[in-house]
Amino acid sequence: MRKMLAAVSRVLSGASQKPASRVLVASRNFANDATFEIKKCDLHRLEEGPPVTTVLTREDGLKYYRMMQTVRRMELKADQLYKQKIIRGFCHLCDGQEACCVGLEAGINPTDHLITAYRAHGFTFTRGLSVREILAELTGRKGGCAKGKGGSMHMYAKNFYGGNGIVGAQVPLGAGIALACKYNGKDEVCLTLYGDGAANQGQIFEAYNMAALWKLPCIFICENNRYGMGTSVERAAASTDYYKRGDFIPGLRVDGMDILCVREATRFAAAYCRSGKGPILMELQTYRYHGHSMSDPGVSYRTREEIQEVRSKSDPIMLLKDRMVNSNLASVEELKVQSLVHGGLKEIDVEVRKEIEDAAQFATADPEPPLEELGYHIYSSDPPFEVRGANQWIKFKSVS
Amino acid sequence: MAAVSGLVSGLLKRRFHWTAPAALQVTVRDAINQGMDEELERDEKVFLLGEEVAQYDGAYKVSRGLWKKYGDKRIIDTPISEMGFAGIAVGAAMAGLRPICEFMTFNFSMQAIDQVINSAAKTYYMSGGLQPVPIVFRGPNGASAGVAAQHSQCFAAWYGHCPGLKVVSPWNSEDAKGLIKSAIRDNNPVVVLENELMYGVPFEFPPEAQSKDFLIPIGKAKIERQGTHITVVSHSRPVGHCLEAAAVLSKEGVECEVINMRTIRPMDMETIEASVMKTNHLVTVEGGWPQFGVGAEICARIMEGPAFNFLDAPAVRVTGADVPMPYAKILEDNSIPQVKDIIFAIKKTLNI
Repeated sequence: MRKMLAAVSRVLSGASQKPASRVLVASRNFANDATFEIKKCDLHRLEEGPPVTTVLTREDGLKYYRMMQTVRRMELKADQLYKQKIIRGFCHLCDGQEACCVGLEAGINPTDHLITAYRAHGFTFTRGLSVREILAELTGRKGGCAKGKGGSMHMYAKNFYGGNGIVGAQVPLGAGIALACKYNGKDEVCLTLYGDGAANQGQIFEAYNMAALWKLPCIFICENNRYGMGTSVERAAASTDYYKRGDFIPGLRVDGMDILCVREATRFAAAYCRSGKGPILMELQTYRYHGHSMSDPGVSYRTREEIQEVRSKSDPIMLLKDRMVNSNLASVEELKVQSLVHGGLKEIDVEVRKEIEDAAQFATADPEPPLEELGYHIYSSDPPFEVRGANQWIKFKSVS
Repeated sequence: MAAVSGLVSGLLKRRFHWTAPAALQVTVRDAINQGMDEELERDEKVFLLGEEVAQYDGAYKVSRGLWKKYGDKRIIDTPISEMGFAGIAVGAAMAGLRPICEFMTFNFSMQAIDQVINSAAKTYYMSGGLQPVPIVFRGPNGASAGVAAQHSQCFAAWYGHCPGLKVVSPWNSEDAKGLIKSAIRDNNPVVVLENELMYGVPFEFPPEAQSKDFLIPIGKAKIERQGTHITVVSHSRPVGHCLEAAAVLSKEGVECEVINMRTIRPMDMETIEASVMKTNHLVTVEGGWPQFGVGAEICARIMEGPAFNFLDAPAVRVTGADVPMPYAKILEDNSIPQVKDIIFAIKKTLNI
């Protein structure tokens, strides 16, 4: 029956008519939700952890799938644009780590806060910016989210504080945002991310100390992708149990390739912080397919076999898709077929591809910021003043 | 009738013979304290953090009484973690609060300088105008007395180098109060370079400085003493030495125009240039090291501007000695600009 329906939908999709009946055809056979078992988290100084089962609704599943696919395709497009030299400088891609950014966002509210380091494109998207603005910032155009002034590592959005280039510096910043949350008394939390490499920075331990001392609603999150640039965790850390490194701060180690695991752990951690108990630490075990950045092929310090193994066994998008298809939350074709949000049948993958393509077009065609704006945004809320250029006769106007 | 009008006119006459009230003397320490107190009261989002600022009343007692008045939420004692608490302060500013981050001395700010420059100063620009950072970094800067090399460095040139920061350097009480209040109300990262040796020095507080809305604009220098023969530009404690030198020289018929910069960045070149165009001579005086210092910048800019053609002699700099600060008193005394060094430089410039 399902095969017949699938065949029917394939034929009908060519006609692109009668969306209403297609919705009926498509949704009739699918469950509204399903319950999944998720891996138990390793705990540090915690009596209990997140639940080991979770309910995924069809709607959420499609949403997460779409978001992860968008991040994946966006990063691959950035790879392409970089090789064409349309993107330059630093470009740190997060393909493989989609379950982290999408899963974290699924566990918090838009009114919560998030700060991360330089592998930030995925978070920039999940925190609300469009692929268009992100790619245009990477290509350094005026339509970029920072008007071309920041580039890959300096993208900002509401309640998203970048995008930070100095390894580890974002962690005290995140603790400070958490301080503001507590100061304002609004029950908001701050997700403060860093990598396995950054985890050895002294300022992070200073932040742990003050966050615990003052009970700041800060969720410290170590995105452990096993390599800090070219240095594996075993070669960098005396203790690779990053979830325990907060010492007096309770911690949990989470399967960062499973979006449902990430979501549940985040809900658990956020509830902990919101209850006023102070900070908590989450280690997300994840993996990046690309090298550290576009200038690193990523195979001198790890084997292609290892990368391939992760891709074939633990790819986050594949894991979600398999779960949804096997539990009748969607069909393979259906995941190429979208019904709920747009009302008509389209292919999610095709849609995503188109979204990325359009964004890349824009990012390539949009002009660079005008030279006159070189001096803009030095100070906030100030009257315009003059900024010196390369010599004393070259002057730029600075406008706030 | 005549008697009455005589009485009335007598009374009226008497009104013009009242004595002025006794001048109000305020130390620089109390001026900063007042400034912070007023701003804490005015805006809920302002808070102070740093080592010993709360229960100890401040390492140099600058924040005396504030913790008692405002409590733990607004006045926060931190552990000895400069990089950590400076970063926390910057993060809080990004999230909309208005922190005052105290460094016990600016020497310790070096541990946190990445947060000041990379996280605070550059962010508004890098974000294309999306993310302001309304933070104040304050504390004593430069030489003290007998504290030796690691505790005596002047950071005016280091912080003054960076676009995105504002850097102010108060000399007297009026400067201290007006500038700290402007700094707190400014929506940008402002570095306030105070001076430990000035904290206890009292100055007359003009009536306008006693107002809760007394502000000194950032980016404007003040001419402390008018003169015609030479322009002497300085900031912080050396301004006092310049005025002493000017008093000595005045007896010899040399009238110095002494300019108190008040702000290092953005520098008020207009006031300096206008003065040099009047006096035709320039001496800069600072406590910091000579190489790449504040005076070096002033001289370079004078060369580039209209005032160059008005110079009758090369501009001259008086600075700290080019050594790490020694401990022994005789060595320390000779490592910072003394009044005699300023007088000598002025006379050399004037060829007298």
